[in-house]
Amino acid sequence: MHPLLDRIQQTFSAGVIGLTEWRGDVAVTVSRNTLHEVAQFLRDDPWMDFDYIVHVSSVDWPDDEERFEVVWEFYSIRKRQRIRLKTRVPESDCVVDSLTDLWRGADFMEREVYDMMGIRFRNHPDLRRILMPDDYTEGYPLRKDFPLRGKGWRDTFEFLDEAPR
Amino acid sequence: MAFEDQRTTVYKIDPEHPESETLPTLRTEELLLNMGPQHPSTHGVLKVILELEGERLVKSTPVMGYLHRGVEKLAEDGTYHQFIPHTDRLDYVCAMYNNFAYCRAVEKLLNLQVPERAEYLRTIVAEVQRIIGHQFWLSAQALDIGAMTVFFYCFRDREILLDWFDELCGARLTTSWYRIGGVERDLTPDLIDKLKQFLDYFPPKIDEYQVFLEKNRIWLGRTKGVAVISAEDAVSFGLSGPVLRGSGVDYDLRKYEPYSAYPKCEFSVPVGKNGDTYDRYWIRVMELYESVKIIRQCLEQMQEGPIMADAPSVTLPPKERVFTNLEAMIQQFKLFSQGFDAPPGEIYCGTEAHKGELGFYIVSTGGGKPYRLKIRAPSFVHMGAFDHMARGYMISDACTIFGTYDIVMGECDR
Repeated sequence: MHPLLDRIQQTFSAGVIGLTEWRGDVAVTVSRNTLHEVAQFLRDDPWMDFDYIVHVSSVDWPDDEERFEVVWEFYSIRKRQRIRLKTRVPESDCVVDSLTDLWRGADFMEREVYDMMGIRFRNHPDLRRILMPDDYTEGYPLRKDFPLRGKGWRDTFEFLDEAPR
Repeated sequence: MAFEDQRTTVYKIDPEHPESETLPTLRTEELLLNMGPQHPSTHGVLKVILELEGERLVKSTPVMGYLHRGVEKLAEDGTYHQFIPHTDRLDYVCAMYNNFAYCRAVEKLLNLQVPERAEYLRTIVAEVQRIIGHQFWLSAQALDIGAMTVFFYCFRDREILLDWFDELCGARLTTSWYRIGGVERDLTPDLIDKLKQFLDYFPPKIDEYQVFLEKNRIWLGRTKGVAVISAEDAVSFGLSGPVLRGSGVDYDLRKYEPYSAYPKCEFSVPVGKNGDTYDRYWIRVMELYESVKIIRQCLEQMQEGPIMADAPSVTLPPKERVFTNLEAMIQQFKLFSQGFDAPPGEIYCGTEAHKGELGFYIVSTGGGKPYRLKIRAPSFVHMGAFDHMARGYMISDACTIFGTYDIVMGECDR
């Protein structure tokens, strides 16, 4: 197994759900409760040293019990290594801990995830929509149940018999 | 003549004893100013709500999304090949590098090897694009600060390269020349000649750009010590590219996660010291010289060979065959309409575009379309640090900071 994954598993036996390595990408899936603890470890542990946040993303799996997957990607400038941290949340209670206290760049990235997928971040300083308008009420665009090709409005237009003169 | 009304009182300080007058409650009030969404210095449609104390910025809140077109959602509806033209429209002044970053990500997902000549061609064109990007940045930044002349000089030389792109792929801005597994067509001897001529012509022109700025007191005054960000903060905010290197952090994916033909070229990565706007300017100008170096080396080292990976189930057939051969046409049609069968899994692949780290995170569940595609856009991440970097500077420095990020709103809002 990858040495990073080994070390994570030894430190957090209970909270770690899955460890994968595919195409050279190392990924850790943790339970929602241990997320902040693991993230802190990733940043502060001298073997990990992940000081750079790459992106925060989310994936919608509508058929799963825990529907949403939140994904963070970190890089270590000194150690030149990457890791992906993932956690799952159910639709009924889609809240995860914000990591803005550890990486300041997480602020905008988490706002985007909230905007696009509707996942709330606990302790986020300014959780508002970022790309969609503030008063947008039609849901969260990147969810799989948000229609991909319009909402059928264009089928409801009335056609005039004659072009107005 | 002092103007007095009921709300404002003008206090006069005795010049003999300035400290004697305890300045009482001078009326201060924070001013809220909307900058944008239509403002020439915001590089697209962006609004920033500035909270001002006098002319000082106390807090700035970017309001984005005016150019949001739902590119990530669109990606879920099309095949992998169909998404390439969408990437052009992300950072529309540097389409080639977006294509490059996307194709690399899909190749990582497929574990596809690109032939050597294609890697060289990709590197050459990517560096030409980097030159264009930096020229565009330099002209826009100088214009924001008030230096008009550089703009014309940069655009004169940029035009040569855009014409070169036009000859290469038939488009100046939205190029779509990269393909998954290789490139669309080879460089003709004529194009190589033209590029070589440009490489001889260009370095003296970079010196020329610098002459306009490096001894210009206005330029120095408005860039030195403006929008300083420490290395620690820059890393914590996830800044990348010249903005991060300006703070003295040596982070360049071309060097440290080498890809394409970069490991075979010798080039250096300029790193700044002070983390101010001037250092970021200096880095970009130095990168112009480095790009010229990289292109030269690639042209020398490049050997004849195929320009597309030998994987017919994934890669498109050459265009000439599509028009003359029935099987090739069917193959092209099937690849575009149904796509190829990507293995299930997820990857992240970052590429050093000229703005910073442009990354694609792709989740595949098999089949011809990506299940989820996330774009890590450097402009978006940089905007996250705007409030931090602008705090305490003057309102006119806000324009400088937009410029120093090199933001393009098409990429920021996606």
